[in-house]
Amino acid sequence: MASINELIERIHADSSEEIVAEYLEKIEKSKLNAFITVARESALLRAKEIDLQGHDGPLAGIPVAIKDNISTKGIATTCASKILTGYIPPYDAHVIEKLKEAGAIIIGKANMDEFAMGSSTETSFYGPTLNPWDTTRVPGGSSGGSAAAVAGGEAPLSLGSDTGGSVRCPASFCGVVGLKPTYGVISRYGLISYANSLEQIGPFATSVRDVATLFDVIAGHDPRDSTSVDRETNYSSALVNDVKGLKIGVPEEYFGEGTDKNVEKSVRDAINTLEGLGATSVEVKMPHTKYALSAYYIIAMSEASSNLARFDGMRYGLRTEDSDWHTTFSQVRAAGFGDEVKRRILLGTYALSAGYHDKYYLKALKIRTLIKQDFERAFRDTDVLIAPTMPYPAFKLGEKIDDPISLYLADVDTVPINLAGVPSISLPCGFSGHLPIGMQVIGKHFDEAAILRTAYTFEENTDFHTKHPEGS
Amino acid sequence: MYENPDGVMIGLEVHVQLNKLKTKVFCGCSTDYHNDPPNSHVCPVCLGLPGSLPVINKKAVEAAIKIGLALNCRVEEHTQFYRKNYYYPDLPKGFQITQYDFPISSGGYIMIEGEDGEHRVGITRAHMEEDPGRLVHEGTIDKSKYTLIDYNRSGMALIEIVSEPDMRSPKEARRYLDKLRNILEYLDIFDGDLEGALRVDANISIMGGQRAEIKNISSHKGAERALLFEIVRQKNVLRRGGVVVQETRHFDEAREITLSMRSKEEAHDYRYFPEPDLVPLKISGWAPAIKATLPELPDARRMRFVEQYGITDDHAKALTSELKLAIFYEDVAKKTDPKKAAVWICDVLKGELNYRDLTIEAFKKEHMLSVIELLASKKITEDGAVDIIRTLLDKGGSPDEIVKEKGLLKVEGDIVATAAEEAIKENPQAVADFKAGKEKALNSLVGAVMKKTKGRADARAAREVLLGKLNSE
Repeated sequence: MASINELIERIHADSSEEIVAEYLEKIEKSKLNAFITVARESALLRAKEIDLQGHDGPLAGIPVAIKDNISTKGIATTCASKILTGYIPPYDAHVIEKLKEAGAIIIGKANMDEFAMGSSTETSFYGPTLNPWDTTRVPGGSSGGSAAAVAGGEAPLSLGSDTGGSVRCPASFCGVVGLKPTYGVISRYGLISYANSLEQIGPFATSVRDVATLFDVIAGHDPRDSTSVDRETNYSSALVNDVKGLKIGVPEEYFGEGTDKNVEKSVRDAINTLEGLGATSVEVKMPHTKYALSAYYIIAMSEASSNLARFDGMRYGLRTEDSDWHTTFSQVRAAGFGDEVKRRILLGTYALSAGYHDKYYLKALKIRTLIKQDFERAFRDTDVLIAPTMPYPAFKLGEKIDDPISLYLADVDTVPINLAGVPSISLPCGFSGHLPIGMQVIGKHFDEAAILRTAYTFEENTDFHTKHPEGS
Repeated sequence: MYENPDGVMIGLEVHVQLNKLKTKVFCGCSTDYHNDPPNSHVCPVCLGLPGSLPVINKKAVEAAIKIGLALNCRVEEHTQFYRKNYYYPDLPKGFQITQYDFPISSGGYIMIEGEDGEHRVGITRAHMEEDPGRLVHEGTIDKSKYTLIDYNRSGMALIEIVSEPDMRSPKEARRYLDKLRNILEYLDIFDGDLEGALRVDANISIMGGQRAEIKNISSHKGAERALLFEIVRQKNVLRRGGVVVQETRHFDEAREITLSMRSKEEAHDYRYFPEPDLVPLKISGWAPAIKATLPELPDARRMRFVEQYGITDDHAKALTSELKLAIFYEDVAKKTDPKKAAVWICDVLKGELNYRDLTIEAFKKEHMLSVIELLASKKITEDGAVDIIRTLLDKGGSPDEIVKEKGLLKVEGDIVATAAEEAIKENPQAVADFKAGKEKALNSLVGAVMKKTKGRADARAAREVLLGKLNSE
């Protein structure tokens, strides 16, 4: 696994074109199905340009994989849905503009759960992505393609999006580092919305340092996103190998029933490791955690039911045989959306309906406030919280896909973070047999520095991140 | 006191397009599309492309606050946007960004000329929303083979002004619309002449029954017609022993009738919820500065005209009913006798303009001044002045040229006397009739004098000269 620094050296020694060609070859030979679209020609062309003209950006000549719900000008953007068949965006998302400015090369569009709805990348219209550690298992989701591409050595860096754990879950299952920033730190302009009030774009890499470098490139204010905040950031400078005096909160609710014993042990061992390096830990109570999952799904589905209304086949994407307006758009949506998307649109529509709105949507918003308060209380006496990212390691393909409730339950430890809008980074902290285990370090609003420092220190003092799946 | 025999209650929802803003409400697209090809003023945001996000146009919020203040509303502390969810091909996102709880302003009123004098109409709220695209049907809506969509209009800022059901007749509804448009023009945020600038939905009930909502009304006259039809329809339902049901009806402008669109049971559930992509705005602090820039509004100007220029209230009302007319008047009034100016502008010029379907812009202020000066210096007669105004409107030129060309200079003294002598000589019968006591016979002699002087004589003077001559004979 080459780091950004190693790649930059190689680009100087050889060329960006050579590096890009190697990654392309790897992608084309791969069985992981991590990509929906490979941008072979435009990537090679851009690499050549950078080789010829030079570029002094921090990611000059380095390939990046992009989750397929982020708008890329001239490259198909499908959200892994049939309904966006043939849609080629006429504009770049804010993060894509930032990446291009930094000299990065868009190598392809990564597979995902359809419209980011899922935790296993099995709801993709383009078929599931396989876990590089065990191809009979899921890579997690919904950013499964982005995580698998990095873990499988098909891209050194990638972007995903995290609505209820969609960066951290696949980072955990694939043994890589993934960050969900504070809500508002990265512009969502160009991110195709699933649940606007919850989601953020987030970086993946094989190390905390590379995640921080990528994060520095894509973070920052964008006037086109009213929810984006305006603050100076330099995340790489937070990477200090030192946790002396750091106060770690351990929310016991995150180690509850259903948590795999190996997962629990690995995370507790990780906390011990950090204590050995000078940190202290204390148990914290987050009593509303048990309501988080229901509140999350009601809010996410409600917003989704409205966000996905625009896909009617009139202006772009799938078009079935023309009839009158009502028939045509109904047919397009019937043929274009998969089962999970339809399920969430229906449930979200129901939750917002007259007579149910107060009972479900409004109640969920109230729970959201209580969960935020849980975090505020927990952070009164702590700097970061540490908990398992997922209650268990990667499960088998097909194991949960026919049981939506059990699949939703997998998100139990990730969704409260989105409801609160706080940042969280998932990084490898152990193995259960041959499968990686991830832990998440959760921070206060806009305190990415603390979680990056904690994660970096852990990484510097352990070797979990140096282990890679065979063939990667 | 107006009896309101049918118990008519009318409330109006008026959509005003802020077409004087430079850009649309949530994106940077230009609003100046009226002469451009379809879909030429669009971007990812107003096309609702996947991943695009709205950003509020601050100037639009300021204009909305301005409207709220002009309608005597209370400006809210915080305002928030909501999504109104429904499917229609003109709506590219499948929802409309509008307001629900926390509109920009609420609880105001305006005064209109009611059935029995000044009448107060309550304003429930004035809130902001985005305009959908425009559907262009091939032929009529029900027989069209296809429909084209022009998204140039998509994302234009609209202000929806919702009134209380305080109007008691279609005439009052029309006057409310006239007054509202007048106020909006004074605020300089809206050009009422552009296509789609003002659209009306009307709610009407009679005798305390259920209300019908009439959609798709695009003119003040249309609103009056639709409401007149609706009263007759509802009365007929009651007369036949039926019950008026709550429903939404469509106004067919060509046939001047309303048609049922959907019943209460079929009403949409819009599933309003706060727009997550727009943060709530704290606007209470904006209001004082905006209030300070509020221009003089029609009612205030009307009172000032009466006070400052000593003109009648009727004249002041007529002059302030259109902003351009008020400005025209005031510019003229400052340079001449303001009362004469009011008379000539209101009683003559306005009628001639209406007759020709022209606006005040068709007439020059200097010309009005010249006409008034010519009259004041007794160089022309009142008939001559009317002739000048008509000629200016029909053929152009200048008052002085027209006076010369048409020979309109008033004639006096000897010429009138000579003409009177001739008239007496040439009309012995009329003279005889007059002497026999038929006063009216004098009129035909005056007419003869006017004819001989080509209208340049003053009719009153001619009468006196004739009387003098006849009495001395």
